[in-house]
Amino acid sequence: MKPFAYVKPADVDEAVLAVAADPGARFLGGGTNLVDLMREGIERPATVVDLTALPLDEVHDLPGGGLRIGALVRNSALAADRRVAARYPVLAQAILAGASAQLRNMATVGGNLLQRTRCPYFYDREAACNKREPGAGCDAFGGFNRSHAILGTSASCIATHPSDMCVALAALDAEVEARSVRGVRRIPIAGFHLPPGDTPHVETALAADELITAVELPPAPLAARSRYRKVRDRASYAFALVSVAAALEVRDGSVAGVRLALGGVATTPWRARQAERLLLGGPADEEAFLRAAEAELAPATVRPGNAFKAGLARATITATLRELATGEETA
Amino acid sequence: MTTTETERERAAGAATYVGRPVDRLDGRAKVTGEARFAAEHHYPDLAHAVLVHATVARGRITAIDPAAARTVPGVIDVLTHENAPPMKPPPAFSALDLSTFVSPTSVNYLATDEVHWSGQPVAVVVAETPEAARHAATLVRPAYQELPAVVDFAAEEPGAVPQKGNPLQPAAADKGDAAAALAAAPVKVDLRFTTPPYNHNAIEPHATVAVWDGDRLTVHEGTQNIAWTRKHLAMRFGVPERDVRVLSPYVGGGFGGKGMVWAGTLLAVLAARAVGRPVRLALSRAAVYHTVGGRTPSTQRVALGADAGGRLTAIVHTSVSRTGRAGGMAEPITAATRHLYAAPNIHLRQHVVQLDLLANSPMRAPGEAIGTFALESAMDELAWELGMDPVELRLRNEPERDPVGGQRLSRRLLREAYAEGAERFGWSGRDPRAGATRDGRWLVGMGMAAAYHPSLVLPASVSVRLGADGRVVVRCGMQEMGMGAATVQAQIAADELGVPLSSVRVEYGDSALPDAPGAGGSAQTASVAGGVLAACDKLKRSVLALARRAPGSPLRGRRPARVEARDGGLYHGTEGESYAAILARAGRDHVTAEVKPSMPLFMARTLLEHRRWMKAACGAHFCEVRVDRDTGEIRVSRWLGVFDVGRVINAKTAASQLRGGIVMGLGMALSEETLVDPRTGRIVNPGLADYHVPVHADVPRIDIHYLDEPDPRTPLGLVGIGEVSITGVAAAVANAVRHATGRRVLDLPITLDKVLPGQAPPP
Repeated sequence: MKPFAYVKPADVDEAVLAVAADPGARFLGGGTNLVDLMREGIERPATVVDLTALPLDEVHDLPGGGLRIGALVRNSALAADRRVAARYPVLAQAILAGASAQLRNMATVGGNLLQRTRCPYFYDREAACNKREPGAGCDAFGGFNRSHAILGTSASCIATHPSDMCVALAALDAEVEARSVRGVRRIPIAGFHLPPGDTPHVETALAADELITAVELPPAPLAARSRYRKVRDRASYAFALVSVAAALEVRDGSVAGVRLALGGVATTPWRARQAERLLLGGPADEEAFLRAAEAELAPATVRPGNAFKAGLARATITATLRELATGEETA
Repeated sequence: MTTTETERERAAGAATYVGRPVDRLDGRAKVTGEARFAAEHHYPDLAHAVLVHATVARGRITAIDPAAARTVPGVIDVLTHENAPPMKPPPAFSALDLSTFVSPTSVNYLATDEVHWSGQPVAVVVAETPEAARHAATLVRPAYQELPAVVDFAAEEPGAVPQKGNPLQPAAADKGDAAAALAAAPVKVDLRFTTPPYNHNAIEPHATVAVWDGDRLTVHEGTQNIAWTRKHLAMRFGVPERDVRVLSPYVGGGFGGKGMVWAGTLLAVLAARAVGRPVRLALSRAAVYHTVGGRTPSTQRVALGADAGGRLTAIVHTSVSRTGRAGGMAEPITAATRHLYAAPNIHLRQHVVQLDLLANSPMRAPGEAIGTFALESAMDELAWELGMDPVELRLRNEPERDPVGGQRLSRRLLREAYAEGAERFGWSGRDPRAGATRDGRWLVGMGMAAAYHPSLVLPASVSVRLGADGRVVVRCGMQEMGMGAATVQAQIAADELGVPLSSVRVEYGDSALPDAPGAGGSAQTASVAGGVLAACDKLKRSVLALARRAPGSPLRGRRPARVEARDGGLYHGTEGESYAAILARAGRDHVTAEVKPSMPLFMARTLLEHRRWMKAACGAHFCEVRVDRDTGEIRVSRWLGVFDVGRVINAKTAASQLRGGIVMGLGMALSEETLVDPRTGRIVNPGLADYHVPVHADVPRIDIHYLDEPDPRTPLGLVGIGEVSITGVAAAVANAVRHATGRRVLDLPITLDKVLPGQAPPP
């Protein structure tokens, strides 16, 4: 990898100053994605700003039952937090469905929000990739695109957002807190990840000098009954082909509350608002679930390699909602 | 006849260690990290080398500028075709010199501006640290004149040409008139299968440490082929064979991927010579994909015709595989079909197409592993057509002699394997209807398939030294890839000489030791066992000769045939004495015996024997899979294998090896696939994140059982077990999926989209 300068600030102010002064700097959390990308020469930072000494590694209660999660909380610690398991099981399940135990022990919440696509053409410097090199073209369109997105795509990019955790955060209406020399701002998760459009290299609403300091989860009583279902090519340690984060509240046979988000099928963590709208107030039955899933997937653009994902997503959404409605276990 | 009787007696005789589940002798060294693998050898002044890979599939290098790489601090040298010292060109394969087998490609690295595959090494950077070498290697960006490349197997396979065979592996067979019999058959199936390319993913990526001392070369290497690697290196670098030493005591998994001399080895040696320092070249995982061949993809047709009673009247099996235009050996895809089922009409053909891709390489049961997927899937489908139990169908077609060659079967307990497997697995409780068995959200299916791999024994040189202290040293330049090679030979020697296992030490993994055959073709253990038996026999005769001449020895004048080795000495009935006593009286510190079989003689005998007897390992797989009714996710929930692998020397290491083959077969069946971009010839998934080998959660408990009957015509009744267990695995999975879902998947790997409800069934 390209040689780089390394600094390890002791507090948040120092960290944001370090990056404000150096446009070629990158923040380092657990390094599980950045270091890989540096090895491949995809990321070539002049300076690496190691955040691991910053006091951002705790989970605090918020008034009303929400949680404030420090950006440096490790994925494994967050999944093991009892409050998360009790109030937001979908988040604990999503994290545990991702990567491997070793990676989760290193990966941070902030880093997970910023992880980049695993599109193989993005990783191969010899391939054409608009995300890596704006305007270069996209080899995934006519190449292997089994793992690629069918929602939120553009004419320039069909790369899938790889995170599991972010799919749960999307369902939970999380907010991202960011700091820079200009101050603090809060970005709703729905606006945090950007669809590729004509600028697939711009992946988030975060400015280059902004540091994620925390993620806040608003109270969500219905999330106590929530589930993350991940479908992939082997039983563990693989990215999702389709994943579903769902919470469902059924009263007298009809849907009183629902949250639904999809992973593995879209260029961003995909909140399924169309499906939610259709479900809310309607019957909590198989036919309604299927209709909602179909409506959400109606705008899907498929290619030969990933055409199966529409059917798979429909089936996985339906199955996950059915499980939540009937209490049937996902064994 | 005599040999047979001797083997039988030996096999039947009381064995102290042979057959016991002895702990592997190298276990402690491996779990404590004391065992040092190739990349872990340190030298003062060690330099580190990294390869630069071509990024086009075919072309010429028009410019290669090392200047940028040379500016990286710590870079010692950048070797390209413009400045590298020459190597002799690689030899073409010749049956007269089998060591040429280890040369997988015609490309003479860094001696040519030609590029023959995307990934071919075109430069080597040598630096003080691996980090500097890796970074500098990214700065070497050759310019190419690209030439048209042919890389798309699916597009090219219709133009494949007939494959050339050899006496041990013919590429075609015709018996009767299979086409006519198929047309006339009242029940038939005719299916077309595809299997993707697979890559080697041993836990230890290939690594070499090369050290020149003048014109003497020492190489630390993980290789399956110590003797031939030495010979090849001597030839390529123009030094006498005696001046090359290859050290390979531990190999972190081979599976065929370390059976040849690939670019990393050669270029480490070349770099060490160029910079005049010891050089380590440890391939990255991606570099393994770019420079070490994998399994060929295939298209196959299997057509079976049967009478109403399920007796086969016609077997047709044709295949297309690929090699590289610059190297590779076509794989014997229809090989198992020659032997598995009796039929009056058989037609087998293998075709091959050459592409501008890296040479293919042997990978655990090359040919048979994917050939049995097609054959055993087709047999299962025929059972559905007939409405017959697939075990019963196989029993009805079990041959009395080899179906094509007509040879007698040395030993074949497939009937017994089917029966024992079915019984232990609970096959009779299977509801024969497709999709009828459910467990919550899971559709449950059971499948079975046969496993088959021919047995091969090669000549092995072995020496055995008996010390006056009763300690025994067995020396053989074999390789330990994790299968327990040294442990089983120690068990054999301990029994042959009648000494405790703890008195036996096995020295191996060094080309300075007597030559062993490579670990390939499932041949090593049986081959070396043959050498150990012969050397122990010779040793006992030498020791007895000392005693027979000695006045006062209770063995004086005793006939060798009636003397047995036991309790640390030689005995004739109750009369006898310890080795220590015999050697002491003779004034000897030790006695050594060595056997050195002649390769040509041995091969001649093997070919002759091959005409008379079919020797093979075989077995039966039974498995249960669960398929999610909504998503098509497939989980293998139970596995049981019953194997006829002759006599089992070590039930523990043998079970591990057989299990390993099944796990590798599960990857082949369900998740592994090398993606070669048909536009560029580049491998799109060169790493463990995207090339999906099974993880622990994919592997169920695997029950292994042996029939444990010695083969009457092999050393100690042994039959190699390295490859047999991967054969049939993918078919057993596919057959279970067929039972669970009603869908026949013809294209590996069986990913969930191929069984997803609501998807169009495969054409």
